Amino acid sequence: MAPSIVRLQSEAFNIADELSALRTACRSSPEKDGEKSSGIGALLSFTGLVRDLDHGTPLKSLYLEHYPAMTERQIKAIANDAITRFSLAGCTIIHRHGRLLPDDEIVLVITAARHRKAAFAAADFIMDWLKTKAPFWKKEDLGQEQHWVAQKDSDLEAARSWETPVHQPNKPRSEQ
Amino acid sequence: MITCVYFAWVREGIGCESETIAPPADCTSLADIIHWLKGQSPGHHRVLADPSALRFAINLDHATLESPIREGDELAIFPPITGG
Repeated sequence: MAPSIVRLQSEAFNIADELSALRTACRSSPEKDGEKSSGIGALLSFTGLVRDLDHGTPLKSLYLEHYPAMTERQIKAIANDAITRFSLAGCTIIHRHGRLLPDDEIVLVITAARHRKAAFAAADFIMDWLKTKAPFWKKEDLGQEQHWVAQKDSDLEAARSWETPVHQPNKPRSEQ
Repeated sequence: MITCVYFAWVREGIGCESETIAPPADCTSLADIIHWLKGQSPGHHRVLADPSALRFAINLDHATLESPIREGDELAIFPPITGG
């Protein structure tokens, strides 16, 4: 299996460091069998940020709760599923938890593949699955009120669209 | 004994992060356990009133109301996921 780097952390991440870490992991993967090159033609990163508004109301902060053992296990499964489906050379998924502020980076997905389309499609797939399979719950602090965010039907539909066994790189992109 | 862990508004409504329960032996499915748990306190009753609004995991894997549950399992009850 190609390498996957999965981490749950409260602290911020450095995108440049993570890009090189994945390239190094791909280069030293046992499947490379001593070759010097990583075989990667596309290295794609997606960063999700905390939005500053909730339906027009300014957000003070966002609290992300998770279920450590299950969240890690589910994210590893999502990473491995993406590697298999899209023949990735490797992927990274880092998700933050705890209290975050508007504009903070919340999730990082990096996909490495031989070709661009697989890298884009795999990142889209990973994000759609993360939103419905990895146990995280967001609580918004709007100052006057705090509330748990409800699951969006559009997120569920986006995740369901990947349930067909055929990989469809040109399917419509879901809202992030 | 079964360990229950709760998250988000389920945790807040029940008033604890986790608890160990000893349901009667005829509670063999997740649906049976939820029905029994409802009777444990007004908080349990309120939060568990509509199981269709909840999601479940047994031993870290997603589960449904039909899933069997056994002695020693870890049962997690939580709202639909909102990650990413």
